[in-house]
Amino acid sequence: MAMTMAGEQLLAAPQEKVWAALNDTDVLKACIPGCETLDRLSATEFTAVATNKIGPVKARFKGKVHLTDLDPPNGYKISGEGDGGIAGFAKGGAVVVLTPKDGGTLLTYNVEAQIGGKLAQLGQRLINGVAKKLADDFFVKFAAAVK
Amino acid sequence: MSATGIGAAVRRKEDLRFITGKGQYTDDISRPGETRAVFLRSPHAHAKIKRVDTKAAAAMPGVIAVLTGADLAQDKIGNLICGWMIHSKDGSPMKMAPHPAIAANKVCCVGDQVAVVIAETLAEGKDAAEKIKVDYEVLPAVVDAAKAQSAPAIHESAPKNTIYQWHLGDAKAVDAAIKSAKHVTRLDIVNNRLVPNAMEPRVAIAEYDSGTDNLTLWNTTQNPHVARLVISAFVGMAPEHKLRVIAPDVGGGFGSKIFIYPEEVVCLWAARLVGRPVKWTSDRSEAFVADAHGRDHITHAEMAFGEGGKITAIKVKTIANLGAYMSTFSSSVPTYLYATLLSGQYDIPAIYCEVDAVYTNTAPVDAYRGAGRPEATFVVERLVEVGAREEGMDPAELRRKNFIKTFPHQTPVIMNYDAGDYGASLKKALDLADVKGFDKRKRESERAGKLRGLGYSSYIEACGIAPSQAVGSLGCGVGLWESAEVRVNPTGSVEVLTGSHSHGQGHETTFAQLVSERLSIPIENVSVVHGDTDKVQFGMGTYGSRSGAVGMSAVVKALDKVEAKAKKVAAYMMEAAEGDIVFKDGKFTVAGTDKSVAWGDVTLNAYIAHKFAGSQLEPGLKEGAFYDPTNFTFPAGCHICEVEIDPETGNTEIVGWTAVDDFGTVVNPMIVEGQVHGGVAQGIGQALLESAIYNAEGQLVSGSFMDYTMPRAENLPSLKVDTTMTKCPSNPLGIKGCGEAGAIAAPAAVVNAITDAIGSEDLAMPATPPAVWAAIRKAAKMQKAA
Repeated sequence: MAMTMAGEQLLAAPQEKVWAALNDTDVLKACIPGCETLDRLSATEFTAVATNKIGPVKARFKGKVHLTDLDPPNGYKISGEGDGGIAGFAKGGAVVVLTPKDGGTLLTYNVEAQIGGKLAQLGQRLINGVAKKLADDFFVKFAAAVK
Repeated sequence: MSATGIGAAVRRKEDLRFITGKGQYTDDISRPGETRAVFLRSPHAHAKIKRVDTKAAAAMPGVIAVLTGADLAQDKIGNLICGWMIHSKDGSPMKMAPHPAIAANKVCCVGDQVAVVIAETLAEGKDAAEKIKVDYEVLPAVVDAAKAQSAPAIHESAPKNTIYQWHLGDAKAVDAAIKSAKHVTRLDIVNNRLVPNAMEPRVAIAEYDSGTDNLTLWNTTQNPHVARLVISAFVGMAPEHKLRVIAPDVGGGFGSKIFIYPEEVVCLWAARLVGRPVKWTSDRSEAFVADAHGRDHITHAEMAFGEGGKITAIKVKTIANLGAYMSTFSSSVPTYLYATLLSGQYDIPAIYCEVDAVYTNTAPVDAYRGAGRPEATFVVERLVEVGAREEGMDPAELRRKNFIKTFPHQTPVIMNYDAGDYGASLKKALDLADVKGFDKRKRESERAGKLRGLGYSSYIEACGIAPSQAVGSLGCGVGLWESAEVRVNPTGSVEVLTGSHSHGQGHETTFAQLVSERLSIPIENVSVVHGDTDKVQFGMGTYGSRSGAVGMSAVVKALDKVEAKAKKVAAYMMEAAEGDIVFKDGKFTVAGTDKSVAWGDVTLNAYIAHKFAGSQLEPGLKEGAFYDPTNFTFPAGCHICEVEIDPETGNTEIVGWTAVDDFGTVVNPMIVEGQVHGGVAQGIGQALLESAIYNAEGQLVSGSFMDYTMPRAENLPSLKVDTTMTKCPSNPLGIKGCGEAGAIAAPAAVVNAITDAIGSEDLAMPATPPAVWAAIRKAAKMQKAA
């Protein structure tokens, strides 16, 4: 019963610039909610630490992030698995597709995520709302970053 | 009846301390130098443990030890066991997979223990647990019992995740009856999984005394002696005489505190290792995943009817989900506590039941208030009600026609019912519930746009668990007798030591009522001692509504011996023949004379021993007894539920509840009424609100009180509670037991009422507003299509 979420965001920036930002660790680190560190291990691999709250459970997730299905500048799949310690785990990915639209770029995303342990025990019903909010927070910052 | 004797509504002696905060629960106890245990639990439902790295955790402040499954195995601490052997149809023994107190190689459910931190404080323990690194290789999980037998095996020793394939009854006779039936009612039933949620979570404190080599365990258990026996003989923690188990005040159990759990084993082991007391207190979130759950059956059931609504056979096939490991008595619940009750209150010539018990990646499932009997009652009472509807008969009339009317009655499924008058409880319930006025009330509801329904549940249960030889022949690893010791003090006051254990039942009052009546002494002069293996020699504990029927019967036997000895003392005091002494109203009298001595004189003389020589009589007045029942007891009754449903929202309001129960002799009607109230509340909870839900990955998503809905006062109507009485012939007081009745009767009554109101049988528990709303819509659609 994975959580799924889809959405799109029209960004006032050319596709190449959006693509570059999607691959810029500094931009990503600034936009990912609760992100404390995002370190590049290779072109397609990062380690990340982020603290987030799902309902009553606050967890500091440590994990790896991978980029796959790279198709510059049209999109990629970003996926990761975070270990939240005794709070449990979160894992999932998002397929991101960029297309030019109205002089800007339309970013569409399809997210699939799973949570486990205490996070699922206490937060399952809240996960959709939390994920939506995290995505919104991300894109508000990301839109500003690529403007 | 005296003001404090049997049958009197004496106020509970224990309540003063409970309601003024003076209760001593396990968590209220602290030992000098105590440390805290914090368990790291698996977030995965099924995974291989590749590595557990405890280094960083061990270096954290306040950490005394970090222990893993490998350490446990190295110390040769034995696995937890299931104590009731069930054999499959083919004669093979059940497949009991290893259940280590800390997982070593793989985890089999969310919440499985992976490591334990022993720390100075709880906060330090929790911080350190965060630092333990576990590498898991996640495996696919199976949570649905219906899919378990086609999923990869969780345990190597249990192919197809099948623990046993058991059966009871005469398959041929049942098939023949179904073939020649005038009508067959068929139902698919899911009995929803429940989380027990006792008000007090589980707690364990273990202490090792290196001077004496004694281990002591304070534990929230319903049966301290059984815990000591299992932890000693099977887990191998310490010899039995070197292990003391104390169960102080315990705040509710409902079965979930019968079992021997990993946490107490780990605390005992760790206490000896670190040389300091170790305490573990479950928090509510842990309780959701670490306490054994209840129910979780998937059933297909058929009931055959002959002419005039005569029931001729029942055929049942059940898949029982026992979770990731076999809990202490899990095997018995869907077998001998279930299929043996499928005759209900009815004279049914042929019954056949098949049960497949399966492993899944979910919390273990074991006995929960009623244990098997609620599941059986739900099957029988749904079949009867639906059968009546399909046959166009009044459900009360159909029941009456099929009631067993002569006793003793041997059912086709082992049980021998000894006494009952099922028609009497049905009749009283019909009157109290004003069933005659139901049609008028239904019309009134209709005018208000509401649906109204009426549902019956004529349940039976087998309690007073249980005759040792009988359960032994069925695979039980222990005897189920009870012990009592009556210690009379020189001043005439009395201590009763019992192997029964009170965790809310009020034994300190009811057992004292028995003594007060028998000896004609004030109830204040009696205290009841239980829950300590150093005080009570042995006992089997409290579950299966057994404390009155079995525990008090042992007290009666001990009192018989006390009276016999006291008569000897009185005879010496009055220089009369022992055979001439009569004990009545607290006085010993020489028959036919006015010579008498009072209870207190006799008890004092028993101890000062001036009136007889040592060669004539032993001093003192203390007697013990063991009572082994000769049969189960069979409480039965009729509950009627009336509901009103808003078809726009699907919300069900229970507008009327009538409970008429035959519990045999009632020792304290106020306590019995309280037991009925509590049981009915739990049964209504199961029917309307509660459900433990795992998602496909094995995550418990109804794992807190935000998502797992406990019944609240607003969900319950004002209950009409009454009794009828046929005495139980097999025990000296005529008691049948009352602890589980409400939870057994209620779910079927609720669902029968709702399905009556909505005109569709296609409804599973819990009947939440969305479920009822959808069932109404579905029924309307099907009606339109037809």
